[in-house]
Amino acid sequence: MTGAAEMTAALPEQRATTDWSGATMQRRIAKRYAAEKRFRLLGLSAILLSAAFLAFLLVSMLIKGVPGFTQTEVSLPIDFASSSLMIDTAALKKGGADADAALAGADIESATAAAADAAFGADGARLLSDGAWLKVRDAIKDNPDILKSKSNVWVPAAVEIDLAAKGQGTAEADQKLAKLKARDAIKTGLNIGFLTGSDATDPTLVGIWGALKGSLLTMAITLLLAFPIGVLSAVYLEEYAARNRWTDLIEVSINNLAAVPSIIFGLLGLAVFLNFMHLPRSAPIVGGLTLALMTMPVIVIAGRNAIKSVPPSIRDAALGVGASRVQVVFHHVLPLALPGILTGTIIGMARALGETAPLLMIGMRAFISSAPTGFTDPATVLPVQVFLWSDEVSKGFIEKTNAAIIVLLVFLLAMNGLAIYLRNKFETRW
Amino acid sequence: MSLSALFLLLFGFGVIAFFTGRARAQLLAPRSAQRPHSRPNYHGWYVALWAFIPATVFLTIWSVVSPGLVLQSVLSSPLAAQLPPPGMERDAVINEMQGLASGSIEGAFNPLSEQLLPIYQSTHQYFAMIAIIVTALLAFAGAAFAYTRIKTDFRARTRVERIVMAVLLGASLIAILTTFGIVASLLFESMRFFAQISPVEFLTGLVWSPQTAIRADQVGSSGAFGAVPLFWGTIFIGAIIAMIVAIPLGLMSAIYLTQYAQPAVRRWMKPLLEVLAGVPTVVYGYFAALTVAPALRDFAVSIGISSASSESALAAGVVMGVMIIPFVSSMADDSLTAVPQSMRDGSLAMGATTSETIRKVLVPAALPGVVGGVLLAVSRAIGETMIVVMAAGLAANMTANPFASVTTVTTQIVQLLTGDQEFESAKTLAAFALGLVLFLVTLLLNIIALRVVKKYREAYE
Repeated sequence: MTGAAEMTAALPEQRATTDWSGATMQRRIAKRYAAEKRFRLLGLSAILLSAAFLAFLLVSMLIKGVPGFTQTEVSLPIDFASSSLMIDTAALKKGGADADAALAGADIESATAAAADAAFGADGARLLSDGAWLKVRDAIKDNPDILKSKSNVWVPAAVEIDLAAKGQGTAEADQKLAKLKARDAIKTGLNIGFLTGSDATDPTLVGIWGALKGSLLTMAITLLLAFPIGVLSAVYLEEYAARNRWTDLIEVSINNLAAVPSIIFGLLGLAVFLNFMHLPRSAPIVGGLTLALMTMPVIVIAGRNAIKSVPPSIRDAALGVGASRVQVVFHHVLPLALPGILTGTIIGMARALGETAPLLMIGMRAFISSAPTGFTDPATVLPVQVFLWSDEVSKGFIEKTNAAIIVLLVFLLAMNGLAIYLRNKFETRW
Repeated sequence: MSLSALFLLLFGFGVIAFFTGRARAQLLAPRSAQRPHSRPNYHGWYVALWAFIPATVFLTIWSVVSPGLVLQSVLSSPLAAQLPPPGMERDAVINEMQGLASGSIEGAFNPLSEQLLPIYQSTHQYFAMIAIIVTALLAFAGAAFAYTRIKTDFRARTRVERIVMAVLLGASLIAILTTFGIVASLLFESMRFFAQISPVEFLTGLVWSPQTAIRADQVGSSGAFGAVPLFWGTIFIGAIIAMIVAIPLGLMSAIYLTQYAQPAVRRWMKPLLEVLAGVPTVVYGYFAALTVAPALRDFAVSIGISSASSESALAAGVVMGVMIIPFVSSMADDSLTAVPQSMRDGSLAMGATTSETIRKVLVPAALPGVVGGVLLAVSRAIGETMIVVMAAGLAANMTANPFASVTTVTTQIVQLLTGDQEFESAKTLAAFALGLVLFLVTLLLNIIALRVVKKYREAYE
C-alpha cells in the first residue's frame, strides 16, 4: 500500500485527468475499434482470397477435365460380306502372329471409311475419329465370324462430334450430332483408351498410361538414388561429422542445393549426363538421375530434423549398455527417426513428380507413342505430357490436358495424404 | 554375359558369403572358452564385403576401360587397315559396327563395318571372358581371405564399422560433388559462349535476338545477345508483379493465422495454404495461359488498352504471386511467432488494440524475418520456369506496361535448348550463360536471406 501511495505522490499534480466518457474520447475509441475490425477483416479476406483461388483452380480443372475421361462413340454398320476386305479367316482363327499378318495385309482403314460414307452419306468418314478403323480391326480379331455378315461396330467419334456431345460443339457439329442421335447411333461412355494408351496426334486416341509409366520409372530411379544417399548423409552430418571446414562446406552445399532453381539441375543433367557421359536422351534413367540430385537435399534436411528430434537419452542408454556408435545409430536412432524421414522423402518425391522444367532440358518432351518398357527407352512424364498437350492446337486436347492434370493431382494428393497419415500415426512426442 | 547380370551374380555371391561367414562364426562360440569379440552377423558382413567390394571396384573400372581396349585391338587387326583415315567417316563405320553388335541397328550401310563385325564380336567376347574370370577370382579370393580370418578374437565389427563410416562420408560428399558439377558445367559452357560473345555485350546489351545465321548470307538473323531485356522481364514478373500479389496476401494471412484465428481454423487453413505450394508449376502455367491471361486481356481491352497482349506479364506475374503466397506466409508466420510474448503483452497492457500491437510492435520486430522470407520468395520466383514458359511471351521487350508481353531468363533457357540447334552454336551456349547468371543471383539472394534470418533469430534467443 505504501508503494502505491508513493507512486501516486510521484505523479505530476497539474495534469488533468482524461475524461474517457467524454464525446471526443469515445469517438477516438470507436475509431480505434473500427480500425481493429477493418484490420481483422483484411487478414481474413487475404486468407479467404488465397483459399478461393485454390478452390477456383481445382474446381475449374475438375469441371473441364472430367469429360476427358469419357468418349463419344458412333455405331458404324459395316457390311463385311460385300466390302472389299480380303482377310484369310483361317489364319485369323489360328490367332497370334498369323492373325496379325492377315489383318496387316487388309486395308481396313479404307473399308471403314467406305462403310461410314455408305451409312452416314458423303463425308460420313469425317464423323469418325482417325483411329476408328483400329476398333474395327479389334472387332474382327475378337470374332472373325462377323466377316461373313453385316454388323454394327462401336467406333470413336471425331473430335468435333465428341465435343458437341459434351456441349462444346460448333453449330455445324451440333447438327451432325442431332442426325446421329436421331438414328440412335451415338453414345458417350468411359474412355478406357485414355487410361491405357499413350500419346497420339488425334485427341480422341490419346492416353495417359505411357506418360504415367514414364513417371513411375523415373520416380523409381529417383527414389533408389536419393533415399539411401540422402538418409546416409543426414546420418553422417547429424551423428558423426566433426565440426570442421569440410562439414561446413557439405552443409552449405546442401542448403544451397535445396534452393537452386530446378531448371539449373536440368542444365546440369544436359551437360553432364547427356553431353559428357553420353547416356540416352529422353530416357527415364537420365530423368531419374537429374531429379535425384534435386530431391536429395530435401531428404537430407528432413532426415536431419528427424534425427535431431530423437532425444539424446536414447543414445546414452544404448551407449551405456555397450553398443558401438554405429550400432547406436542403426539399431536405435534410425528406426525412431524413420517416420519423419519417410514423411520428408514422400514430400520430396511429390515435388519431383510434379517437376517439369529440368526434364524439358534433357529431352523428355519428345512425342512418344508407346509406353516405355525399360529405363533406357525414350519416355515422357505426366507433367511434361500436360505441357505438350497444352501446346496442341486442336480443341479436343483441352479436356485431355485437364484430365491429365487431374491424374497428376490425384497422385500428388495421395502422396501428400500418405505423408500426413505417416506423420500423425508414427510421430512420437518425446 | 552382360554387365548387369554379372553385378547381380556378384551380389548373389555376396549374400552366400554372408551366410557362410555367419555360420562359421556361430560355430566359434561353443568351441572356445573365450567369448568372441564380434557377433556372428559382423563376421558374415565382413566376408560378404570382402567378396563384393574388390570385385565390384574391378568391374566398375573395367566397364569404363574395356570398350576402349576392345576398339583398340579391333583397330590393330589387319582388316582395320582398310578403314578410312581418322575423321567423321571412320567414326561412322565404327559406330555402325558397334550398333550391329549391340543389335540396335539391323543392317549396315558400309560393307566394311559388316566385315569387321566378327572380329569385333570375338574380341568383345574375349574381353568379356577376362572380365568374368578376373571378377570370379577376385570375389573368391576376397571371400576366402576373409573366411580364414574368422577367429574368436578377430575384431570383425570394428572393420565393418570402418567401412560403414566410409560409406556415410561418401554419401555426404555427393552434395559437394553436385554443387561442383553445377558450377563446373555452367562455367565451362559459359566460357565457350563468352569466347564468341563478349561478357560486356551479354550483360549490358539491350537487344536480344538469339537467331544466329546458319548461312553467312542469311538476312535478318545476325544474333544479338544483349540480355538486359531478359533480366528486366524476369525482375518485372518475378520480383515486382508477383511480389505485389504475394507480400500483402502472404503477410496478412500469416498475421490472421497467428494472431486472430482460432486454433481449429489455424489447424485447417495452414495446410490448405501449403497445398498452394504443392500444386505443380505446370498446372499453374496452364491455368495462367488458358484462364487468367485471356480474362486479363479482355479486361484491358474493355478499359481501353487495345494493345494488350494475350501473353501479358501481368497474367504470369499474378499466378506466380499466388504460387509464392505460402512461402511468404510461412516465413512470416515463423518470424511472428518468434517475437517474444512479453513484447506483445507489454503493448496490450498499455491499452493498444490487437491491430495496433501487430502494426506497431510485432511487425517491426519481425521485419528482418519477413524480409528474409521475401528475399527467398523472390529467388524462388525468378527461378520459376513453367509458369513463364507457358504464360509469358518470347518477345524481349523493355517495357513497364503490365499488359505487354515480356520474356524472362528461364523462358529463354527453355526456348534456346529445345530447338534442333547443334550443341556448339552460340545460341545453345547462351542458355548456359543465362543459367550461370540465374544460379549466381539466386545463390546470392539465398545467402543474404539466410544471413538476415539468422541474425534476427540470434537477437531474440
